[in-house]
Amino acid sequence: MTGASVAAMAEAPSDATRIAAEARDRVRFEEEALALSDQVYRVARHLAGSREEADDLVQEMYARAFRSWRSYQPGTNLRAWLLRILTNLNIDRGRRQQRAPQTQALEANDYYLYDKLAESDGGPTDEERVVERLSQDDIVSALSAVPHDFRDVIVLVDIGDFSYQDAAQILDIPIGTVMSRLHRGRRVLKRELAESVAEDGT
Amino acid sequence: MNLYDDPCAHCEEMMQPYLDHILSDAERLEAEAHLDECDWCRRRYRFEESLRVYVRQVVSEPMPAELKRKLAALRIPLD
Repeated sequence: MTGASVAAMAEAPSDATRIAAEARDRVRFEEEALALSDQVYRVARHLAGSREEADDLVQEMYARAFRSWRSYQPGTNLRAWLLRILTNLNIDRGRRQQRAPQTQALEANDYYLYDKLAESDGGPTDEERVVERLSQDDIVSALSAVPHDFRDVIVLVDIGDFSYQDAAQILDIPIGTVMSRLHRGRRVLKRELAESVAEDGT
Repeated sequence: MNLYDDPCAHCEEMMQPYLDHILSDAERLEAEAHLDECDWCRRRYRFEESLRVYVRQVVSEPMPAELKRKLAALRIPLD
């Protein structure tokens, strides 16, 4: 037996071992990614404009994640990695551009919504329960009326519980921009909510 | 008018960073000193806290079971 063929025989099992190890890693990746699907959906639902869009977006995101699992670095934040794919897909689908031009960000002062709710008649008036005057529909539609740049940050940080740092990475913007959009975006949201109170006539 | 002329307007400016825990120690103490003596601002801070919790609860929709099944089916089969 030549030295080369001995070496080849020695390599053969290690090749098989490598393939088996990779299959194990891939299965583990898929399981970890799927375990996060409820959290991913919660965010995707409001990054996208509708349930149907969110549905498509989440499926596209998982299909892509499963194909490109090798580019995920184990030990890093998988949820943020998945959301990065999702926000990029969302941009690719042109949803941002569609919504961007018409929407205007009008902010109210931070105390405005409380004052509006407290002065309306009926329902609880104490500051911890006065929020209950806002219906689920009021909130969902107010959120969808917030321009996408602001809404993305609110959805990631206030609904998805991502840190500023994670949100900055996911959206590929500086952390200072995350903070200023969050701050202004919440004021825009509160203004939208205050308008829904006025419209309901409550 | 300068914000500092009106302590409540200044307190309003500090509300979001206060609740996000990103104020410096000095600013936080300043906000708390005002909140200790101003019921008007204190109520509005409490409202903001409740609003954040409420919004998060209300907008969180469970993922449809059908979608969950579709996602599992996207997994790449082992060779």
